[in-house]
Amino acid sequence: MNDKKILLKVENAGISINGKPLVRGVSLEIKKGQIVTLIGPNGSGKSTTAKIALGIYKNIDGRVQKFTKKVGYVPQKISIDWTLPIRVIDFMNLTENLTEDQIDISLNLTGVNHLKNKSLSNLSGGEFQRVLIARAISKEPELLVLDEPVQGVDFKGEIALYELIKKISEKLDCGILLISHDLHVVMSATDFVVCLNGHVCCSGTPQVVVQNDKYRELFGDRASNILSLYEHKHDHTHSQDGTIDNK
Amino acid sequence: MLNDFFIRALLAGVGIALITGPLGCFVVWRRLSFFAGTLAHSALLGVTMALVFEINIAFSVFLISAVLAIFLLQLQKKTNLPNDALLGLLAHSSLAIGLVIIGFLTTIRFDVMGLLFGDILAVDENDLLFIWVGGAFILLVLKLIWKPLFASTINYELAEAEGMKPDKYNAIFTILMAAIIAISIKIVGLLLITGMLIIPAALARNISNNPVQMVILSTVGGLLSILIGLFSSLEFNTASGPSIIAAALFLFLVSLIKVRKFSELKK
Repeated sequence: MNDKKILLKVENAGISINGKPLVRGVSLEIKKGQIVTLIGPNGSGKSTTAKIALGIYKNIDGRVQKFTKKVGYVPQKISIDWTLPIRVIDFMNLTENLTEDQIDISLNLTGVNHLKNKSLSNLSGGEFQRVLIARAISKEPELLVLDEPVQGVDFKGEIALYELIKKISEKLDCGILLISHDLHVVMSATDFVVCLNGHVCCSGTPQVVVQNDKYRELFGDRASNILSLYEHKHDHTHSQDGTIDNK
Repeated sequence: MLNDFFIRALLAGVGIALITGPLGCFVVWRRLSFFAGTLAHSALLGVTMALVFEINIAFSVFLISAVLAIFLLQLQKKTNLPNDALLGLLAHSSLAIGLVIIGFLTTIRFDVMGLLFGDILAVDENDLLFIWVGGAFILLVLKLIWKPLFASTINYELAEAEGMKPDKYNAIFTILMAAIIAISIKIVGLLLITGMLIIPAALARNISNNPVQMVILSTVGGLLSILIGLFSSLEFNTASGPSIIAAALFLFLVSLIKVRKFSELKK
């Protein structure tokens, strides 16, 4: 149905630490312009799967093939040694040589350009999260891996950032691997959902996944109604000034 | 008024400071101060090995440092001991083994003090060439690997995910550390090379707000330490190596005043 370039192919992948499997038997595929989401309860192996896909873990079972080198990553947790003097602008250039313009554009998109010359250590959690997203998209990646990208961001910002992510995927035509607990967002903005609980419980388009019994077991009956609720409520989008753009 | 040996000492010191300035920043950023100390301790073993097998001292020190670094990586994988315990184990046991072996070398007169504190005033033309050529090479490599090494220093997973190959560059950095210790052991001695790696970088941290600035200030701090240390050792007839480190400490204390002024301004 989609014959675009495959960016990432994960086949029957998993990892065990000290003989205990963290996650196993994960297969998924991401193509250009596609948003694939991982959902599942805490400890179900979502972040681990993302790290397997990114090649951060070395001793994995199964196979991972990456067909692009332009990768942007927003990790779930990042431990930066705050004794290191580093400004937002230095952090933006971490893995790429960006022009001043590219940095400004990205920081403006996530609404934090005024922090450009501030020290990273002086940022709030939400501000830092916005910088992380800006950094990941600034290099115009072909593959974006976003692990709970809006954690700690205020309610209004959360919606705006998810809209931005959707917009970016269309504009750059990049593939996105998203991890999110916000089922509303997942079900409305995603092309393919993988439901994890140590292994793949079920996967498919949002419409298919919400009908699945295992999904209901994991998230409860209310989660199954989410799609109908969502589709009912949001048959339009709002532009910045609040007017309704009918699709 | 300046003697030849003093000019040579100055040139040697300046060379060392130019290398330890940037390299020291990474040592501080990566929390490798104790690791640098361990490598420096193992240098004694390197020197005795050089005497036993009659090979070049710098080469032998470099080799032993590299072997020790690899051994440390293996120990980290195989044991659950914390890093500082492993480093302490390696530092003291390699120093001890070095001293034990020296005991067997009855035919060779051996100046342990000279090895510990170096003798910058005894530097000859060959040493100078060695420092400047070796130093230029270390700095060139550091410049080439700056970006991936810095990314790996900030965050391993980000660097790995975005294709910066942190394992490779961490290994190269370890080799550079071994190289600087091999180059400078005769000049500042093994106890003081750690000081030159850490103190200028530490004082630079107090007065800088971005990485490049810190590297520059660390280098300037190292150069000033060499100049102040050497001239005061000439003036007061004190040991030159320790005088350099004392000067570095003095500069560090001065940098603290700046820090206090900054934090008062913030209030």
